[in-house]
Amino acid sequence: MQRIRLRYAKRGPLRFTSHRDFARAFERALRRARVPIAFSQGFTPHPKISYASAAPTGVGSEAEYLEIGLQAVTDPDQLRLALDAALSPGLDILDAVVAGEGSLADRIDASYWRIELPDVEPALASKAVTAFLDSPEVLVERMTKQGRRSFDARGAVVRCTAVGEADLPSGAMGVPCAIIDLVVRQVQPAVRPDDVLSGLRVVAGLEPPVPPRVTRLAQGTLTAQGEIVDPLDTDRGDVGIGGR
Amino acid sequence: MSVSSVFPQLEQLLPRVSKPIQYVGGELGAVVKDWDDTVVRWALMYPDAYEVGLPNQGVQILYEVLNEQPDVLAERSYAIWPDLEALMKEHGVPQFTVDAHRPVKAFDVFGISFATELGYTNLLSALDLAQIPLNSADRTVEHPIVLAGGHASFNPEPIADFIDAAVLGDGEEAVLEITGIIRDWKAEGCPGGRDELLLRLARTESIYVPRFYDVDYLDDGRIQRVVPNRPDVPFRVAKRTTMDLDAWPYPKKPLVPLAETVHERYAVEIFRGCTRGCRFCQAGMITRPVRERSITTVGQMVREGLEFSGFNEVGLLSLSSADHSEIGDMCSGLAQQYADENVSLSLPSTRVDAFNIDLAQELSRNGRRTGLTFAPEGGSERIRKVINKMVTEEDLIRTVVTAYGNGWRQVKLYFMCGLPTETDEDVLEIAHMAHEVIRAGREAAGTKDIRCTVSIGGFVPKPHTPFQWAPMERPEVIDARLKMLKNEINSDRSLGRAIGFRYHDGEPSLIEGLLSRGDRRIGQVIRRVWEKGGRFDGWSEHFSYSRWVEACDEVLPQFGVDLDWFTVREREEQEVLPWDHLDSGLDKDWLWQDWQDSVGEFEQDDCRWTPCFDCGVCPSMDTEIQIGPTGKKLLPLTPVNNLRVPA
Ligand code: B12
Ligand code: SF4
Repeated sequence: MQRIRLRYAKRGPLRFTSHRDFARAFERALRRARVPIAFSQGFTPHPKISYASAAPTGVGSEAEYLEIGLQAVTDPDQLRLALDAALSPGLDILDAVVAGEGSLADRIDASYWRIELPDVEPALASKAVTAFLDSPEVLVERMTKQGRRSFDARGAVVRCTAVGEADLPSGAMGVPCAIIDLVVRQVQPAVRPDDVLSGLRVVAGLEPPVPPRVTRLAQGTLTAQGEIVDPLDTDRGDVGIGGR
Repeated sequence: MSVSSVFPQLEQLLPRVSKPIQYVGGELGAVVKDWDDTVVRWALMYPDAYEVGLPNQGVQILYEVLNEQPDVLAERSYAIWPDLEALMKEHGVPQFTVDAHRPVKAFDVFGISFATELGYTNLLSALDLAQIPLNSADRTVEHPIVLAGGHASFNPEPIADFIDAAVLGDGEEAVLEITGIIRDWKAEGCPGGRDELLLRLARTESIYVPRFYDVDYLDDGRIQRVVPNRPDVPFRVAKRTTMDLDAWPYPKKPLVPLAETVHERYAVEIFRGCTRGCRFCQAGMITRPVRERSITTVGQMVREGLEFSGFNEVGLLSLSSADHSEIGDMCSGLAQQYADENVSLSLPSTRVDAFNIDLAQELSRNGRRTGLTFAPEGGSERIRKVINKMVTEEDLIRTVVTAYGNGWRQVKLYFMCGLPTETDEDVLEIAHMAHEVIRAGREAAGTKDIRCTVSIGGFVPKPHTPFQWAPMERPEVIDARLKMLKNEINSDRSLGRAIGFRYHDGEPSLIEGLLSRGDRRIGQVIRRVWEKGGRFDGWSEHFSYSRWVEACDEVLPQFGVDLDWFTVREREEQEVLPWDHLDSGLDKDWLWQDWQDSVGEFEQDDCRWTPCFDCGVCPSMDTEIQIGPTGKKLLPLTPVNNLRVPA
């Protein structure tokens, strides 16, 4: 069985697809594209697909990952093209590599998020971010499966910066738009962008008047410098050594 | 003038509502065209939640037929859940289409597909959100033509105030003809405004424009007559019939939703119409005659539909799928073609006979034998004669037992309660039947591990059926009978444990009955209910019986009638029915005779296999039965293994 790892994006309106919605669409795309997917053994065979942690519904992403098992050796570039064409525009397959040693999950320990806050003055956001970073601990609350619980949103944050809107083509047409870039380590319980936003409210009373727009720009291995390495880079390396 | 998307405003609200994906579109099969490149523009709506509405065949077919025209644009809209509705009203976001998020109000036609009358309150929500006046009389040339279609439009009188026009019957050709009329009228500079356009539609004699008809009432509340109020519209409006289904192989590009919906399958109608003659079944009566799609067209549609969609389930739809003249070859051919592809096939058929089990075996040969469904509809042989569902007790039990003997473990049996002439005994017979099914089934299966579910709902008399004159049973009586039945089922502990019991209360059925056989006076009731918050009446968690009763009490006394008058009252032969001016082709005398035969427990044959019995449809609609066999077979497919990479 050949294993191939894919990076995909959830863009624009289709960021509202839930993980389950994506999974159904992806299985249909496999059939549409006639991908020789491998199936699990057993009474009700399932296609071999495993997902790395998925972005929450409503959050866009440029860096979601999954791995599939194939019955026949398939060229990853062709596979990428075929699957991308078989999915709705907005669910886009960006990258495909033959899986090397180790698991995807082991290579993902942090995410890089961008939070756009329309109608928020960048200076205000900047102040809130400073207050947040200056706090040793910021307790926030969230509903979890175990009920409402309180946890620290600060510890997992590796980097948090307020970016000026001038740096970005925000398309906000004269309306101010603060932008926050955020790198968060994967911890238990997970700290998500909305938890950090809750934290900004706790420390600085930052209340976005309209729902923020969040995008995951990258996830992968966190380096000592605070950079995030694409988990597929390692696979590409392996293939490079072994030759194709 | 171009029309811009409301998505930027909507997008702000979506994070705050449940299942936002249902409002964003982006399905495979969805079409987005440039507004300015088109001349005639349709917004098509299924007036229920997206998860129910998206799979609807009617809307998908019309959407595709319309979008195939280069100068026509069709987009879709669905009912909005109360959470988003409230936010949209607060922020002034109008009812939109999911394709390009354009405001419904900007289109030329707002077509709504009513499979059930329970969607009427959702029509009002949609009009209100769309900022279109609720009453047809208040609309101007700025507003779309609000057009009803689907089975319920065979009596659109209860919504006559709110719609501008209705199409009875098949829509494929109708939407193209309407498009043509609008295209010409626009090209001429919209002469005569809205009234002239509606008149042109009415003159086709097959598009009903309620405002051109006056209803007069007698002192006792009955209708005296319904007559045109101008000389140039027809006295009766005829239904449409699409002949030669092979010439209309839609949907070719089915919509594939991202959100979870009630059905995720490629559905193909294998025929339209049904002449089995079940007397309660409006669908069977109003879709005559039977028109089959040939085995080869079905085969081709399935192949292309699966390839396009990536679905792994196929539904072979019709009102009684086992009756297709080549159903055997069709099922075995398809099962063979898709044997290695994890594609499952299903028939919604519920005919009670051994042949049905053969088909089910064929369809399930690659998979598990999970459940089979049969619809005897009536508990006793007597009541089955009344409703013309010809199957003997013996046959029924033998069929079900054969199913268990062949490895099926779960059988569902469908029934109705409150049928004309029904007694407690007729309903209690269901329990005996279920007991016998389990007893004999255990023997045949050689195991105690089998189940049977009895599913029972209230009977609703429908227009254009022999039961259009029948009195409904009161909800209290229905509920009492259901309770009695439940006790009877459980009276035998051992057998009762293997029998599941699912039922619908009598109250929603009574309201469905009010809306089905209502007249124009019911419009105000619908409006009152909607004003009081009534929405999504097809959903038990949203439906409120007391809201409907209150609205009836407020509105109907001024007319000297009440809820009972519309529901539990038996009509007489001479009474003018609200839909008499709407022509389904069925001869009213024939229907009356069939009603008399019903009460006399006489059965009626099927005109596919016996001579025509003059129901009136074929001569008046100039149609004919179109059935096979064609003698053709489905050939094995050559498997294609290579990856499908775009050029
Ligand atoms: C699949 C199906 C379902 C599915 C999917 C429903 C869906 N969203 O499509 C599910 C399981 C969800 C379902 C549920 C119900 N269903 Co159902 N269903 C069917 C079934 C088997 C097929 C429907 C179909 O696709 N027909 C084919 C399409 C092409 O026909 P069509 O929609 O009528 O469209 C044509 C015309 O009517 C017209 N047209 C339609 N809309 C419009 C709009 C405009 C503007 C114009 C001009 C023309 C037009 O043009 C179309 C093409 O010719 C039919 C039986 C049958 N074979 O028809 C029953 C049937 C439609 N269902 C029925 C009923 C009663 C129900 C329920 C109310 C059951 C219940 N008690 O809960 C619910 C209601 C759901 C809801 N809230 O809408 C009845 C309708 C009764 C009647 N009026 O005679 C039917 C006829 C079955 C029966 N024999 O009793 N159903
Ligand atoms: S007119 Fe005759 S052939 Fe046609 S549907 Fe009626 S009974 Fe059948």
